[in-house]
Amino acid sequence: MAEAVYQQVGLSRNESADHVEAILSEISDRLVAGETVKISSFGSLQVRQKTGRIGRNPKTGEEVPINPRRVLVFRASHVLKDKINKGNGGA
Amino acid sequence: MIKSELIAIIAENNPHLYQRDVERIVTTIFDEISDALARGDRVELRGFGAFSTKERAARVGRNPRTGEAVQVDKKYVPYFKCGKDLRDRLNTDA
Repeated sequence: MAEAVYQQVGLSRNESADHVEAILSEISDRLVAGETVKISSFGSLQVRQKTGRIGRNPKTGEEVPINPRRVLVFRASHVLKDKINKGNGGA
Repeated sequence: MIKSELIAIIAENNPHLYQRDVERIVTTIFDEISDALARGDRVELRGFGAFSTKERAARVGRNPRTGEAVQVDKKYVPYFKCGKDLRDRLNTDA
């Protein structure tokens, strides 16, 4: 990824890597704060709250409590979905 | 946060860069992920998560309005799996 940025933008490899890192960490911070992050023509990342429930270990049949937790959901944009199916579609 | 806000924040933290360059960095990252997914590759971003595609088999669907059967071709859908670090942060900083 840093290599692509290096080639496209013409910054040093080190600086490119730092920027990729900084961008991902900014996105992470927003998500942790509960914000939705939308990138046009790519998709959006959203945090969803899951309630606790009783799960079951499928191997042993044992009941295990699953605590309430927050999960990240990615919704791809139509542009991305179309691109992926054009890329693989011919195969 | 939307893409333009992300660009503005990164530009603010890097006064030596032109806004135009920051825009290009952000765009390159997401284009690169998109291109990789279109090739059927998986993109792993350490500490953040991984983007990949999953195959959906062809099936016979139904037009919900007319009840008519329609063939739906095999397709690929993008999928994101949250990385462990981010997942842990989502559930501790809350």
